[in-house]
Amino acid sequence: MIAGVLGVVLCVVVLVVSGLVALGLTRKPQVAGAVAASGVVLGALLGLWPTVRVLAGGASSEASASWSLPGGTLAVGLDPLTAFFLLPMLVLGAVAAVYGREYLLLFADTRRLGFPFFGFNLLIASMVMVVLARNAVLFLVAWETMAIAAALLVSFEHDRPEALRAGWVYLVVAHLGAMCLFVLFLLFKASAGSFDFAAFAQTPPVGSAAVAVAVLALVGFGSKAGFVPLHVWLPEAHAAAPSHVSAILSGVLLKVGFYGLLRVFQLLGTRADWWGPALVALGISSALVAIVVALYQRDFKRALAYSSIENVGVIAVGLGVSFWAGSRGHPRVSALALAGALMHVWNHAVMKGGMFLVAGSVLHGTGTRDLEQLGGLSRRMPVTAVAMTVGVLALSALPPLNGFVSEWLLYLSLLRLGADGAGPLPLLLVGMLALVAALAALAFVRLYGVVLLGQPRSDVARHAHESSRWMTVPMLVLAGLCVAMAVFPGFVLAALDGVRAQVGGPALFPADQLSLGRLGAFNLALWAVVLLGGRLFLGLVVRRPVTEDDTWGCGYPEPTARMQYGARSFSELASEQVLPAMLGPRVTRVKPVGLFPGAARFSADDRDPLTRRWYEPAFARVAGWLASLAWVQRGVLTAYLTYVFAAVLAALLWVSLRSGGAP
Amino acid sequence: MIEVLHTLSRLAMVSFLLRLLLHLAIAVSFPPLLLGIIGKVKAFFGGRVGPPVLQPYRDLLRLFRKGFVFSRTTTWVFRAGPVVGLITVALAMVLMPLGSHRAPLAFGGDVLVFAGLLGLGRFFTVAAALDTGSSFEGMGAAREATFSALAEPGLFLGLMVLVRHATGASLDLMLSTEGTARAWEATPGALVMVAVSFFALLLVENSRIPVDDPATHLELTMIHEVMVLDHSGPAFGLIQYGAALKLFVFASLVVNVAFPVTTGNPEADWVLFLGAVVALAMGVGVLESTMARLRLLHVPRLLVASSILSVFGIILGS
Repeated sequence: MIAGVLGVVLCVVVLVVSGLVALGLTRKPQVAGAVAASGVVLGALLGLWPTVRVLAGGASSEASASWSLPGGTLAVGLDPLTAFFLLPMLVLGAVAAVYGREYLLLFADTRRLGFPFFGFNLLIASMVMVVLARNAVLFLVAWETMAIAAALLVSFEHDRPEALRAGWVYLVVAHLGAMCLFVLFLLFKASAGSFDFAAFAQTPPVGSAAVAVAVLALVGFGSKAGFVPLHVWLPEAHAAAPSHVSAILSGVLLKVGFYGLLRVFQLLGTRADWWGPALVALGISSALVAIVVALYQRDFKRALAYSSIENVGVIAVGLGVSFWAGSRGHPRVSALALAGALMHVWNHAVMKGGMFLVAGSVLHGTGTRDLEQLGGLSRRMPVTAVAMTVGVLALSALPPLNGFVSEWLLYLSLLRLGADGAGPLPLLLVGMLALVAALAALAFVRLYGVVLLGQPRSDVARHAHESSRWMTVPMLVLAGLCVAMAVFPGFVLAALDGVRAQVGGPALFPADQLSLGRLGAFNLALWAVVLLGGRLFLGLVVRRPVTEDDTWGCGYPEPTARMQYGARSFSELASEQVLPAMLGPRVTRVKPVGLFPGAARFSADDRDPLTRRWYEPAFARVAGWLASLAWVQRGVLTAYLTYVFAAVLAALLWVSLRSGGAP
Repeated sequence: MIEVLHTLSRLAMVSFLLRLLLHLAIAVSFPPLLLGIIGKVKAFFGGRVGPPVLQPYRDLLRLFRKGFVFSRTTTWVFRAGPVVGLITVALAMVLMPLGSHRAPLAFGGDVLVFAGLLGLGRFFTVAAALDTGSSFEGMGAAREATFSALAEPGLFLGLMVLVRHATGASLDLMLSTEGTARAWEATPGALVMVAVSFFALLLVENSRIPVDDPATHLELTMIHEVMVLDHSGPAFGLIQYGAALKLFVFASLVVNVAFPVTTGNPEADWVLFLGAVVALAMGVGVLESTMARLRLLHVPRLLVASSILSVFGIILGS
């Protein structure tokens, strides 16, 4: 095994080569899938060794080679910050690749699979390259590759208009973000004179340029992470992509945005006071908006995608509180919040990755993502049901699972802030976070109940079948990781120590470390008590007379599956009666009136409220203005040649005027 | 000398264990009495004699002797609901100090575990209701889940007030008699707000009037009771007992905040504390007898109001 950064570079090479081989084998999907997936697993194994060594406190390493691209050097590096983001990429990448092979082969009769296999490997490889890159040009090349690979994978089902649209919206937002990054790196170059990160760190921009860099980073990387209002690409893309790709998008790709933010903040050196409050404001507003919208989504995967935005918001709040508390002289608070935010990055990768695999399994078993068609799958897909139980509890931030541990750290940091007497505003944050967590629990118990429990709401759900082992084992692996990370949070914390130091946060106080260990023990005890209690109760059931009968229908003898509470009725009270209507679904009803009522209608529109209310009208207006310029595009070759001639003439004129007539 | 020390520490150990046993025995056996007391008070106001105060214990015994009826629609989730529901409340009780008696289990940040445990119990209760596939139970589940989501900020904001004067972030320290007494001295206004807000939480979390009517007979108007329609026999017993335990836990929360009094004598403190809890239960009974249930859509206002009270508490306390 090659240690150091070259081991990870080798991993990238293996990923790309195996992907290319799979692309060449398009006509033999079975073989192509096996090659691509085993390439990812092999690459991940190669990359894991150096990554784990750095996380365990090993030395960072760097390497570089010259490159013909202007300003570009092939500079790569492996430090704790890189390794921190690399680990979930490799682990989730390998698990998702194994799952994805089986998942994609289901489409073997109808679609060509060479590209999806290649694209997945390319996506992982480019993400790895993004966190390895130590040169702005290399970084941007990897960044663009990542965006394009993801966009193509999102439009995998390219004959469905919504998949094409999702890929399109994603490309637009990704390039708006990339534009910010171009300017950002040019600002760095202006003060450092080179595109190498090492030079950036030595002479970072100061004054207003530094402010501009930070703002551009928040917009550019924030659009990747999915902060509201730049999140609009996210639900569409996550829903349309094949499920193993959704798992990667949500579990890892969003986090690459955080990698960029933390890297730029590190390169800028001195921390500005406003970063913390800005991150908190962005984070909490993203979390609140996203979870309110997640509540009423009718598409299984879109609901999960909105929950991803919520979790990204929680991570941002953690980072922001940590920065803010650090600058105000609350090291204990800062340490807790940072540990919570970093741990949540890993936790969310595992639990949301697992949930998207569950969604894929449900989609595979029933052929639909529409919640109103599902139900009763717990009997028909028992293994998927177990994985979903774990994932849903983790995402609801409930003990004894890992989502609770990271949110526990975050809440504890705010409680300490309250104990230090830091003024009312940060304390009110607790109330908002509590609301977010409670609404998340509401959203996930809804998903859980509507997908798994009760009676099937359609024939496809009635005839659902469990997925094969190639798909269930990856889900169970991720579910197991959720449990392990909840029971041994001390290990996770130790692995985060390097990145914690690199980000410049204080270490967790010993007292809080002790509490964290006790929380782990408590989680273990809770598992034991619940399993033991369940066992005892089953013993009781076996010994008592048991009668099986229909569900009590309150006297109504013929209840049908359609009479159950469904996805919409479950969230109706919350999202249409209680929470702000601005963020709710658009409901149109025509009620039956009079003695001889006419036709009645009902429909609920659950598209993104910001897209519906802001973006679509705004873009429609811009398109209206631009329509007046349509005469430019006349489809006549001579006209276009004239444009080219005029442009060249203007360029020559400008150059000669600037150089003052000299040759 | 060493011999003496040894016996002394053994004596201390034995007395500690005895105190722990007494603590747990009271916490386990006392709660159903509260339901009996509330029932008796309501009967008094209604001009009836009412069932004996010990009736809830007899009900529980009767339920535990019965068999089960399970719906054919249900899965393991339905059976897990009552078990997890009771276990989580029982563990929450273990984290709660009872008057001047320390909590049997405490660690930094366990206050968040307390909230998490209640959330876990609620999750499984709601999931079990949805598992039956009944529209009525789904309706109750949606209501319960929505209202308790709105109640969550109130709990956390109230805790933020208490942590200000506590020596640590465990429930035991935040609700200790000395800690709350200190807080009363420093910011009495804030503590009044928190006590009232926690009392509102007690009503919401335990499905009491004006939020929910545990004695109603029309499924359409129920919240909590309709969720457990399909449970039977010992499973229903677990639910009923869990409900009593939850009432006791929340009553302790309110009493700890509102009535931080200690005499220094452990036995007298037990009498004082249980007396206060009984008085609170009678208060709930009086409230239920004199108030009508709120319209369903007005419940969120009550919840928001209770959160706002805690916000005022934070502003007054900081």
